[in-house]
Amino acid sequence: MTTAHAEAADGTLPHEPEKATLEGRNKVLAFWLFLGGEAVLFGTLFATFLALRNQTNEGPSAAELFHLPLVAAATFLLLVSSLTSVFAIQAMHRGNVAQLRNWLVVTVLLGLAFLILEIYEFSVYIRHEEFGMTTSAFSSAFYTLVGFHGAHVAFGILWISVLIGQLLYKGLTVVTAPKIYVSAMYWHFIDVVWVFIFTVVYLLGKVG
Amino acid sequence: MDWITTVDHKKIAILYLWAGGLFFGIGGIEAILIRIQLIKPMNTFLDAQTFNELITMHGTTMIFLGVMPVIFALMNAVIPLQIGARDVAFPFLNSLGFWTFLFGGLLLNLSWVMGGAPDAGWTAYTPLSGKGYSPSHGVDFYTIGLQIAGLGTLIGGINFLATIITMRAPGMSFMRMPMFAWATFITSAIILFAFPAVTVGLVLLTFDRILDANFFNVDGGGNPVLWQHIFWIFGHPEVYILILPAFGIISEVIPTFSRKRLFGYSSMVFATILIAFLGFMVWAHHMFTTGLGPVANALFSVSTMLIAVPTGIKIFNWLFTMWGGQVRFTTPNLFAAGFIPTFTMGGVTGVMLASAPADFQFHDTYFVVAHFHYVIVGGLVLGLFAGLHYWWPKMFGRMLSESLGKWTFWTFIIGFHLTFFVQHFLGLMGMQRRVFTYLPNQQFDTLNLVSTVGAFLMGVGMIIFLVNVFLTSRRPADAPEDPWEDGRTLEWTIPSPPPEYNFKQTPLVRGLDAFWKEKMAGHKAMTPAEPIGPIHMPSATILPFLMSVGIFIAGLGFMFSRDEFSSSMMSFLFNNYIVTALGLLITFGSMLMRSLFDDHGWHIEPEELEGGEQR
Repeated sequence: MTTAHAEAADGTLPHEPEKATLEGRNKVLAFWLFLGGEAVLFGTLFATFLALRNQTNEGPSAAELFHLPLVAAATFLLLVSSLTSVFAIQAMHRGNVAQLRNWLVVTVLLGLAFLILEIYEFSVYIRHEEFGMTTSAFSSAFYTLVGFHGAHVAFGILWISVLIGQLLYKGLTVVTAPKIYVSAMYWHFIDVVWVFIFTVVYLLGKVG
Repeated sequence: MDWITTVDHKKIAILYLWAGGLFFGIGGIEAILIRIQLIKPMNTFLDAQTFNELITMHGTTMIFLGVMPVIFALMNAVIPLQIGARDVAFPFLNSLGFWTFLFGGLLLNLSWVMGGAPDAGWTAYTPLSGKGYSPSHGVDFYTIGLQIAGLGTLIGGINFLATIITMRAPGMSFMRMPMFAWATFITSAIILFAFPAVTVGLVLLTFDRILDANFFNVDGGGNPVLWQHIFWIFGHPEVYILILPAFGIISEVIPTFSRKRLFGYSSMVFATILIAFLGFMVWAHHMFTTGLGPVANALFSVSTMLIAVPTGIKIFNWLFTMWGGQVRFTTPNLFAAGFIPTFTMGGVTGVMLASAPADFQFHDTYFVVAHFHYVIVGGLVLGLFAGLHYWWPKMFGRMLSESLGKWTFWTFIIGFHLTFFVQHFLGLMGMQRRVFTYLPNQQFDTLNLVSTVGAFLMGVGMIIFLVNVFLTSRRPADAPEDPWEDGRTLEWTIPSPPPEYNFKQTPLVRGLDAFWKEKMAGHKAMTPAEPIGPIHMPSATILPFLMSVGIFIAGLGFMFSRDEFSSSMMSFLFNNYIVTALGLLITFGSMLMRSLFDDHGWHIEPEELEGGEQR
């Protein structure tokens, strides 16, 4: 059994540093399991939203509310941030710490831009459309589903920021590599959830 | 302090056992109070509101805070030993799971002294659990307490899944795993896919009550039936989370005391998987009278009856295991033998309830109460008793007294059948559950008296068990490695209680019932799979405790965020979410600490191993 400080004999990192130790492999596996649970969580939120999406209680309906260009821009930002996190992991596999750091920073910035757009979107709804948490069952379901996703994005931004700090401070080791790898997995998951939100909430809301 | 910071799965098991035992005691007292109220018609021992709080808290406490921790205690104590691992995959998470469960349970039980317990039934059906019908803070304690405790369960589930997938000893293939390890594996998978659903359900109910959202509020366009669906899509798998570990325990105990391998091992594994799968397909059988329509009712009727098939396979496999075996009726085996007919009776009433037309008659009567107590108490609790008596020497190094154990068994099982067997007939005669009293001369009087007497007898059985534990704890810890002398699996190959590192050398597994196989080959011990070397151990840490304290504070802060306080200071702290933020800050701060400061653990050197045990 390798210990947490194992490195290849010549002091270089193995090709896949995230899977070099048992701890790292356990982390990746358990994170897949965790994402399975998260999928059920979002699935339940989606089911709730689908059940309640036409219950507008004489408040604004989805078709009146949503402004697709804004949402499309947010979608574009998040999808690209997923791509940049792939570049980051590829850089990690090449052992290129500078590129890894840069791509992670780009990923965080794109996520932040997405989050700012979402906050702006919510604030418009609340201030100008009188569409708040308590307006209708549709509004409750909308804010809970999209808000849960937004909270996940916010947590991801904080998490990856901390990991960038660790990367600068400790360097790329078999301890930090699994952390970066699972954070990238998390980021992809958030992205996939957003694709579903874009379809189920916004597109269906516009045409359904 | 050592107990607060420990990451050793064997100590966490003992913590789970004590905490679970404490809550189990609270739930038992609640049950006794309920039965005293029902001892005679028109009794005025409790008022209606208190009775509602008691039945709600009895159900919630027993399921989430009573039996689940004891299940987790046995899993923690046994699983790493059974699969030949030195530890679980994530010792830190293991500790975190325990502390979040404990603080969730504490938060829930604080409701008794902070303005009234939840009073909407353990299923918390809307709109009864909404602000309109339940204006006190009771249901808020329910939603937030269960949310925090559920987090701990989910963490524990993921931990066991990862442990069983990656930490098995060389040669321990999946089909060579002991049945209890399989049961744990499948149970953890159910936890992983069921608990997030209730997480969402509780969040929605919390938002409805605290933020005035409209999920279940019909005035705002909400749908109360949505709660029933979300709750039961978690709640039905939950009952399999409870019973599958009991199946696993019985599958360990019966072969051991029959001196035979488990009959139909592979069919047992398959049946367990099938039960888990079907468990997700039947949630609407709790809602036959909700009005989903005949098509839905018919489908859920059929799927529910299907579960009887794999369950029946398991029952017959246990019987065939005993058939022709050299059966020894030790205390664990008595409980296991008592389990089989008792659980089967609960299963049969389950098939009766699965018939939707009949369920219109049974629904919300004591027939249902009798059914689920037969499967949960007559199934799970008897299984847990079997498991506790069976593994007690492994956990504590002391054999529980056999004679007191037999007393426990007979008083408990006779009391149990007295309590609940008559409730079938009460239900068929139309006595409703969840109602605080009943009128005289409806033929309910005698049977309720019998039921209450039985409840007290069960209480006596529990007390005898506690006396047994107390007396045993004063004896020297001198249990041998294999105290039952017929141990079949790896946990019986190491000292009782095991040293911190479990296995000096990881054993090589050559087949199912690995230890038995070595015994039959004439060996005294397992063949090691590795030379003696330094063993890496994780460091103890206070962080899981701090994280749980933070969540606890945040939960309380959020709960009271809309309250009117007499002092302006309190209003300022709570109404601006300052307390909530403080709690979350503690939690996230601890997470940050965990992330920044790597725990490299420490090593036990080979020369220290030779000394044997270090306690």
